[in-house]
Amino acid sequence: MKPAPTHSYPGLNLGRRHAGAHKATEVVTFGFWVFLMSDLVYFGLMFGVYITMIDAQAGGPGPHELFDLYSIFAQTLILLTSSLTVGLAMLALKYNLPRGRIVLWFAVTLLLGLSFLVLEIRDFMSMADKGGIPQRSGFLSAFYGLVPLHGLHVAAGCVWLVVLGIQLRVMGMTDLVVSRMVRLALFWHFLDLIWIGIITIVYFGGLTYG
Amino acid sequence: MDRHSELHRRERRRYVIGYGSSLLLTLAMFATVHWFGIETRGVYLTIGLLGLAQLIVQLVYFLHIDRRRSSREDLDLVLFSTLVLLIIIGGTVWILGNLAMRMHMPVV
Repeated sequence: MKPAPTHSYPGLNLGRRHAGAHKATEVVTFGFWVFLMSDLVYFGLMFGVYITMIDAQAGGPGPHELFDLYSIFAQTLILLTSSLTVGLAMLALKYNLPRGRIVLWFAVTLLLGLSFLVLEIRDFMSMADKGGIPQRSGFLSAFYGLVPLHGLHVAAGCVWLVVLGIQLRVMGMTDLVVSRMVRLALFWHFLDLIWIGIITIVYFGGLTYG
Repeated sequence: MDRHSELHRRERRRYVIGYGSSLLLTLAMFATVHWFGIETRGVYLTIGLLGLAQLIVQLVYFLHIDRRRSSREDLDLVLFSTLVLLIIIGGTVWILGNLAMRMHMPVV
C-alpha cells in the first residue's frame, strides 16, 4: 500500500485517475514552480529592504503605534484555514468527489480570502489615520512595498478563483480547467508561506527592533 | 473502491495534521508575545524558530515537498531559490548594516 503511484511534480499529484490532466499538468506545473520561486526572490528582496529600513522612521509613527496584533492574529488564522480548504478542494478533485464538493471548498476559500483582504485594508486605513502613510518614512515605504504586495497576490488569487468558477461552468471539468485548479492551489499555499514570513519579520521583527 | 477511499482518508489526514500543527505553532507564537512581551532578543529568537518550523510544516504537509527520489529535482529548485534568497537578504543586511556603522548611524 504505497501512496500516490505517480509523483512527477511538487504539490498534490492527481495520479492515474486523471491521466489526461496529469500529463497536461506535469510540465506547466514545473514551470509554475519556477514562477513561484522567482516571485519568492522578489518577496525576499522586499524583506531585505524592510529589514534595513526598520530604523529609518524619521520621527514618524513606528511599529508600536501602528500595528494591531489582534487583527494580525485574525488574518493569520483566516489565511491558514483557507490553505486547508484549498487543500480539501484538491483532494475532492483528486478522488472524484461530486463536483458540488469541489465548488464548495473553493467557495469557502474565496470567502476566507476576501475576509482576509477586508481586515487587511481596514488595518491600512487605521494606519493611515495615525499618520502611517507610505511617504512618511523609509520604514513605512518599505512596509507598504511589502505587505500590500502580498495582499495584491491574495486579491489576484481571488480573481483567479472567480474566473475558474466561471470556466468550470462554461467548459466543464476539462483537463485544462483541472490543471489550472492544481496551480491555483499551489499559488494559494505559497501565499500562506509568504504570510508566515510577514508576521515573523515585518510585524514581530518590527515590534522587537523598531 | 475501498482502497480508493482508504487513500483519500490518509491524504486528508495529512492535510489535517499540517493544519493542526500550523495552528499550534501560530498560537505558540502569539502566546509567547502575549506572555513575555516583545522587547528581548530571546523572545524574538523563539518567534523566529516557531515561524521557521511552521514554514517547514507547510512545505511538507501542504506543498508535499520531501526527499522522495522522484521529486528530488523540485526539491533542488526550492533549495537553490532559498540559497539565492539567503545571499540576497544576508548580503543586503550585512552591507547596509556595515555602511550604517561606518556612517555612525544607529545599527539595528
